[in-house]
Amino acid sequence: MTSQLERDEVRSRQRVGSAPTRSRISTRRLVPARLGPVGLLIGPLALVGLWELAATAGWLAPRQLAAPSVALRTGYQMLLDGELLPHLAASAQRAYLALTFGVLGGTVLALLSGLSRVGEAAIDGLVQVKRAIPTLALIPLAILWLGIGETMKIVVIASSVFVPVYINTHAGLRGIDIRYVELARTTGLSRAEFIRRVALPGALPGFFTGLRLAVTMCWTALVVLEQINATEGIGYIMTRARDYGQTDIIVVGLVIYAVLGLLSDGLVRFAERKSLSWRRTVGS
Amino acid sequence: MTDRRTMIDADTTSRDSERVTPVVQLRAVSRHYGERTVLDRVDLDIGPGEFIALIGRSGSGKSTLLRSMARLDEDVAGSGTVGVPENRSVLFQDSRLLPWQRVLANVTLGLRGPDARASGLAALADVGLAGRERAWPNALSGGEQQRVALARALVGEPDLLLADEPFGALDALTRLRMHRLLLRLVAEHRPAVLLVTHDVDEALALADRVLVIDSGVLLHDQPIPGGQPRDRADPALPRVRADLLEALGVTDDS
Ligand SMILES: Nc1ncnc2c1ncn2[C@@H]1O[C@H](COP(=O)(O)OP(=O)(O)OP(=O)(O)O)[C@@H](O)[C@H]1O
Ligand SMILES: [Mg+2]
Repeated sequence: MTSQLERDEVRSRQRVGSAPTRSRISTRRLVPARLGPVGLLIGPLALVGLWELAATAGWLAPRQLAAPSVALRTGYQMLLDGELLPHLAASAQRAYLALTFGVLGGTVLALLSGLSRVGEAAIDGLVQVKRAIPTLALIPLAILWLGIGETMKIVVIASSVFVPVYINTHAGLRGIDIRYVELARTTGLSRAEFIRRVALPGALPGFFTGLRLAVTMCWTALVVLEQINATEGIGYIMTRARDYGQTDIIVVGLVIYAVLGLLSDGLVRFAERKSLSWRRTVGS
Repeated sequence: MTDRRTMIDADTTSRDSERVTPVVQLRAVSRHYGERTVLDRVDLDIGPGEFIALIGRSGSGKSTLLRSMARLDEDVAGSGTVGVPENRSVLFQDSRLLPWQRVLANVTLGLRGPDARASGLAALADVGLAGRERAWPNALSGGEQQRVALARALVGEPDLLLADEPFGALDALTRLRMHRLLLRLVAEHRPAVLLVTHDVDEALALADRVLVIDSGVLLHDQPIPGGQPRDRADPALPRVRADLLEALGVTDDS
């Protein structure tokens, strides 16, 4: 793979032509070229390679950490035995249901608070307080109120997920360039038109930032929550594996989280690129 | 200090637009930032279709005056009455296009009615950008962006066009082409124009009347001889130019 950097250098050398003049202008770019998905994989792949090496060389005891190859085999076997998918489905349902509620809630609250003073007075302070309290610290109270069933789990996750969506969407709305507000006034936009054509599109980048944080966050609390009265879920099988010292199953669980996280992040980024195609910024 | 202000109302205006109600009527307009008086009792009448250029050194209050006429200065302390038409538009120095809206949507911003789209397309064709209606503003050159802004400013057939150094960021060649474009469109749509500029030659090329502002006071009101298209070789122009430079406090060595 020839990198963008190399190609740029070739191009600039050609531009200089046959006369090899010395130039003080560096051909190096100030901003690195965009790394493709392959480039991003180099770090993780190297780590897995080292890990496998350490395991086969006997530096890592299986009781401490299973080798990636062992975990891979275990995961495949679990999949074949039908032991994996039901748990995955149970976890995914919890996570994405909570994500949906959290994102909707965060967006609606951010709009209310970003577009009206009353809304901001009522909402913003509360959210800041909520943000200061760790999600897991809410679990005892949530259990007392909602019991130990699914509702409690989804409410807790949604309440952690809505925070980044709210914060970033709100910041996006607040950060709209005053020049565009002036433009809206000189072109005689109504309030509804202003919201639709200036405020919302202007806040969209912030919303996507929040969404990207949210899609990985919705899995975070799940691990802990699935230790409470659950017989299904990735968090549940990982907890059980801990009791039996099955590090290979723990690794399988970790890999599933990583893959799900990366997939959802990629999906959001794709949606972001589609809907923010007007942007021409570094890194896009 | 003697009062240097000139009487820029009935006298001068009536010559061009006798017994026509002016579209702009400023009476004793003052604006202050803290202790500083940025506009000091400005009186100004602009007749329908009149093209006014406002020149003055940096910080003299040009933008402040223009923003008062655009009613973008509610939060600024001041007094006086500002009479401006309801249907007015502003052309900013930055083209100020919404980057997330395509070119056509930018042009028709705030335009209502079923024929908004058709008017927008016609306005784009007018500024030589037919076929670019689906482009993103970021994909246009600076001159093209400013042409879109011009289309947006004129699509609503305003009675008053307020332009604050609209060509200041353009290169000399593009600027000349924009001058011709602006003159053609203004001749078609006949809005009154207030053009803020710090370029005396731009003022001389475009305006029917040039106002000089200094420290918030309108010092000088200079009718420009010759209609449009203007004969650049008009023997009266160098004299006028020298007068304006003198009013600006610049001594012309050439
Ligand atoms: N928001 C503000 N707060 C405080 N002072 C201001 C503000 N806006 C303008 N001023 C002051 O008012 C004076 C006039 O400003 P204005 O923008 O009208 O000048 P101008 O003639 O347009 O100058 P330029 O040619 O540089 O654009 C300046 O001295 C400026 O510092
Ligand atoms: Mg200015």
